[in-house]
Amino acid sequence: MKIASGFFRFLLILRRFWGTALASQLEYQLNMLIELLAMLANLAGSLFLLSLFYRQGISLGGWSWSAAQVVLAAYTLLNGLTATLLQPNLSRIVTHVQQGSLDFVLLKPIDSQFWLSLRTISPAGFPEIATGLVWMFYAAHQAGAPLRVAAIAITLLLLASGALILYSLWFVLATTTIWFVKTWNATEVLRAALVAGRYPINAYPPALRTLFTLVLPVAFLTTVPAEALLGRLDWPWALASLGAASGCLALSRCFWLYAIRFYTSASS
Amino acid sequence: MNYRYWLRLATRLWSSEYAHMLEYRAEVILWALSGVLPLIMLGVWSAATDGQGAGLEMNQPQLARYFLSAFVVRQFTVVWVVWQFEQDCLDGRLSPYLLQPLHPLWRYLASHLAEQATRLPFVILLVSVFFGFQPQAFLMPQPGRLLLAVLAIGLGFAIHFLLQSLVASLCFWTERASALERLLSIPLLFVSGLVAPLDAFPPGARQLALHTPFPWIIGFPAQLLSGAEVDIGAGFAAVAVWIALLLPLLLLTWRLGVRRYSAMGA
Repeated sequence: MKIASGFFRFLLILRRFWGTALASQLEYQLNMLIELLAMLANLAGSLFLLSLFYRQGISLGGWSWSAAQVVLAAYTLLNGLTATLLQPNLSRIVTHVQQGSLDFVLLKPIDSQFWLSLRTISPAGFPEIATGLVWMFYAAHQAGAPLRVAAIAITLLLLASGALILYSLWFVLATTTIWFVKTWNATEVLRAALVAGRYPINAYPPALRTLFTLVLPVAFLTTVPAEALLGRLDWPWALASLGAASGCLALSRCFWLYAIRFYTSASS
Repeated sequence: MNYRYWLRLATRLWSSEYAHMLEYRAEVILWALSGVLPLIMLGVWSAATDGQGAGLEMNQPQLARYFLSAFVVRQFTVVWVVWQFEQDCLDGRLSPYLLQPLHPLWRYLASHLAEQATRLPFVILLVSVFFGFQPQAFLMPQPGRLLLAVLAIGLGFAIHFLLQSLVASLCFWTERASALERLLSIPLLFVSGLVAPLDAFPPGARQLALHTPFPWIIGFPAQLLSGAEVDIGAGFAAVAVWIALLLPLLLLTWRLGVRRYSAMGA
């Protein structure tokens, strides 16, 4: 009962947070138009780049043209999610630490990690999320996947688990700001490396494949959900993805609780 | 006397910016690392063309050298003037700069050059590590070629700097020029040769790409640096045309913009 009412309270707060954020963001309509144009150009560019391989009859890691598009679509979806939630929220942690406004966040009668991670939302990524989702299903259909309800449910679950892994890594990196004030660039390195998720993990040489699975779990972000949708996922991979997600989330939680012990505010 | 004055001014400007950049060494290193994309693409290309080399007339060491060169060229052609300028514009810092007897763009240029100098040792380290892992890709560059490549990198940087300054000077009209820069960065990503050598493009797309400024920023210097077959004369001619086109355009936009400028901030 208590858990249910607590959960409900968080939902109510989220609605307020996001309602106000959207209302203020939608004032900038030109920005939305530019975001839309940028998305279209980016999609065209990524497809063109992918076609450079397939027009010569090279298949990336044994994936067909349509199947590789499922991975690209999953990447688009996650990229949209990044622009909508991760980027607007987590990039502010640096500013909060630099300017000392983290004090106010810590004093609020709400969980600080929740506040920092979900305070605002940006509509910039909405088109990418929608396009990514539709494209994923379309490309999987083209690739001849049966698209059963169970497969779709597992895909969505694995996408969510990928998103959680991404969130946790990003949050931990952003949290290191408490010790090293300017780590904005560290999250840029993470973003740059995540571009690897545009291609199926088998498209890389063995050494990079290991790196992108164990060290920087790019494989769980796009390849694993794509395989689930294509109906050819092995159970160990699905379980590994869920395990990695819960592990990363727990890590981000512990790391945050540990880090704020060292926070000494910005002014003297 | 005149040129001595300018020389002294340039060294002072550069060394003050360099001292500034050295303070932010850690960030510059992280920023350099975030240019890792060509090396990721090398992974995809080398696995894709493994054993068959279809379409591309490059063997594995040549491919590795090309993408490593693209990585290096990228490091020294990165431009961020639009963000700095937008910030200076919005904060009102631009006003005192405009009053000084020095075109504000020189200040930004010095800042970029200083940042490149800060990157240099780190890039050399990364390149050595790369060759440590892929010794078969190593090829001693001919000194003449190397000089030409350095020149091409410098000119590629000039094109990119002019192009982005042009977008930045739109700050005089709109407050969000960096949003426009976002659109400019997409063709730079896909048709500059950063993610795929231009030789891999279908002929039509390749011709189209060569008529934009982007391949001259990354692809051409990278080809020179990697020791690939490339038409040196035609390349430098195209670079010269783009600079001759962009420079007057930038100066004109700037002049019109300053006339409109009505200072922001307190």
